[in-house]
Amino acid sequence: MSTPLPEIPLPVIDHAAAAARFVADEARTNWHDASLWQVRQKRDRAAQAVPEWEALRDLASKIKAHTLSRLDEYLAQFEEQATANGIQVHWAKDAAEHNQIVHAILARHGVQRLVKSKSMLTEECGLNPYLEAQGIEVVDTDLGERIVQLAGEGPSHIVMPAIHVKKEEIGALFHEKIGTPAGEADPGRLTEAARQHLRAHFLSADAALTGVNFAIAETGGFVVCTNEGNADLGVHLTPVHIASMGIEKIIPAAEHLGVFLRLLARSATGQDLTVYTSHFHRPRQGQELHVVLVDNGRSAHLGRADFRDALKCIRCGACINTCPIYRRSGGHSYGSTVPGPIGSILTPGIDLKKYQHLPFASTLCGSCGDVCPVKIDIPGQLYRWRQLVTEEGHAGRSKRRVMAVAGQIFRNPRLFRWAGKLGRRLLRWLPQRAVYHQRNVWGRARDLPEPPRQSFLEWYAAHRSDNANKKGHDQ
Amino acid sequence: MSSRDAILQAVRQNRPDPVPRPPTPLFASPDEGLTTAFVEAQKRAGGTVVSTTADAIATLLDARFPDARVIASTAGDIVAGSMDLHAVADPHELADLDLLVCRGVVGVAENGAIWIPKAHLGHRAALFIAQHLAIVLDANALVWNLHDAYARIDVAEDSFGVFVAGPSKTADIEQSLVIGAHGPRSLTVFLLTE
Repeated sequence: MSTPLPEIPLPVIDHAAAAARFVADEARTNWHDASLWQVRQKRDRAAQAVPEWEALRDLASKIKAHTLSRLDEYLAQFEEQATANGIQVHWAKDAAEHNQIVHAILARHGVQRLVKSKSMLTEECGLNPYLEAQGIEVVDTDLGERIVQLAGEGPSHIVMPAIHVKKEEIGALFHEKIGTPAGEADPGRLTEAARQHLRAHFLSADAALTGVNFAIAETGGFVVCTNEGNADLGVHLTPVHIASMGIEKIIPAAEHLGVFLRLLARSATGQDLTVYTSHFHRPRQGQELHVVLVDNGRSAHLGRADFRDALKCIRCGACINTCPIYRRSGGHSYGSTVPGPIGSILTPGIDLKKYQHLPFASTLCGSCGDVCPVKIDIPGQLYRWRQLVTEEGHAGRSKRRVMAVAGQIFRNPRLFRWAGKLGRRLLRWLPQRAVYHQRNVWGRARDLPEPPRQSFLEWYAAHRSDNANKKGHDQ
Repeated sequence: MSSRDAILQAVRQNRPDPVPRPPTPLFASPDEGLTTAFVEAQKRAGGTVVSTTADAIATLLDARFPDARVIASTAGDIVAGSMDLHAVADPHELADLDLLVCRGVVGVAENGAIWIPKAHLGHRAALFIAQHLAIVLDANALVWNLHDAYARIDVAEDSFGVFVAGPSKTADIEQSLVIGAHGPRSLTVFLLTE
């Protein structure tokens, strides 16, 4: 018998620590915050211009609920129709199988250069490093994605991958990587340089990979939305098009596209529609068209009654743009492919221990739920995940103790009144350094309010007795 | 068990109780103002709409793109073009395309989108690789919203189809809007009013 090896715990994502590093640069934090708030305001204007906005949200949510309740049937229908259309359909249980399928297709065609448009799924699967390790050049062609790829980073936002990078930094990066003049930081000229640089890649690529925004069960086709035109420029030039999609991207029929597309771009960036909404139903003559349907934890998530609604997500990013925590901590602080509120309710389902802190990266202000175009109760799910994290014993020791004590106090009215009185006195008398000691994590960046002279109960009792004397006057 | 069967089985086991499929209404459309709304939406998206007649388009294009050398047209009755898209075997040959002129099928007033199926493109790539794009659209082909548009088109009729709403653009550098990302640097819509 061999001795058991000592356990090596996997790293736990510490959002608070990462956020602390982000906010250390106050000017940059404010800039990041303002950039995203501007997008949120554009979203508001676009949403308010549509009289039936709330009806659309309601309808979108119901269509998704219906689809999820018959997802297996719609997936089978999609496969059947797509196959009849000449599309080759593949199924991947997990990230590894997805990557193998993609690589096998590329290997069969001897592909050396792959151009990719935005696909959060391939980020989730770690496709780029997998393919690169096998000698395939992978070029992300969305401008934001190309910026983070050249910088050796991942996207910090699902719609605006380089929202955390300043134009001067992009200028320096482009100077080093694609030869723009030193000091050039004009967005127009940098974009033009990227256009020229990427056009060469489009023209020399052997295959193209895209994500999928919506797949239509009834017609066996799928829709890809971009503003730049990069997805189309890639796939219409190459002999192989691979489209990777999570199984939750299915919608029943083409009539539903109108509902989701009216919501998607308005929620995402405040545009009425993306510039290109491309519908693929059959391969180009002489081209192979592949769709890879990926589960990777989604079917398991469907089984979690409290959380399955998160699978309604259409990846617009509205909850991310509005989140006061995201805006002031940056996408990378979440340590998950999908950051922000929606990421914080999806990733604990993948690994509760690793992502235990994410449901706490929220003030539960509820703004994410208010803007969600498919009406996912994001704050409700964040709260529920917190309960599960605590039940599973992942809450920190000091938090557990504080909660246990607080529970005792709140349960006992006399103890509560006594503790309140004591607290109000102590806060007045104790020196600052005793109140804001090292253990007071909450007080590190916050001031406690001025303690009131009396509690509400005391105030009420005092005024109530006055009222009692005047009894009868009100009648 | 194959991955396909394993996934479908897991989904079947975990799916919630049946939820009925809601009907999709067309939502109320205003009777008037379609053209105005369409022009405004195109403007928001960075496009330009010119209300004109078919016989004026060639001259308007000459004036707008005096330097365009390689011009492809799938609306041969309106603009001749300098090359024949049907003679192109490999879409890479379109790399130096200056201008594509094609016809739209349906225009959407609320967002400026125009439906263009593959049949109107010759090559799918032409719409994206051209430096500039001009679309000819009948003013009678305007509808109010996307629901109405989808009711009028069959998305699966052609192998490929696209809603185009404006010129290619990006805001990936500090949210600064830049027109001309990877696709056409401009979109001109000729709205036929006669």
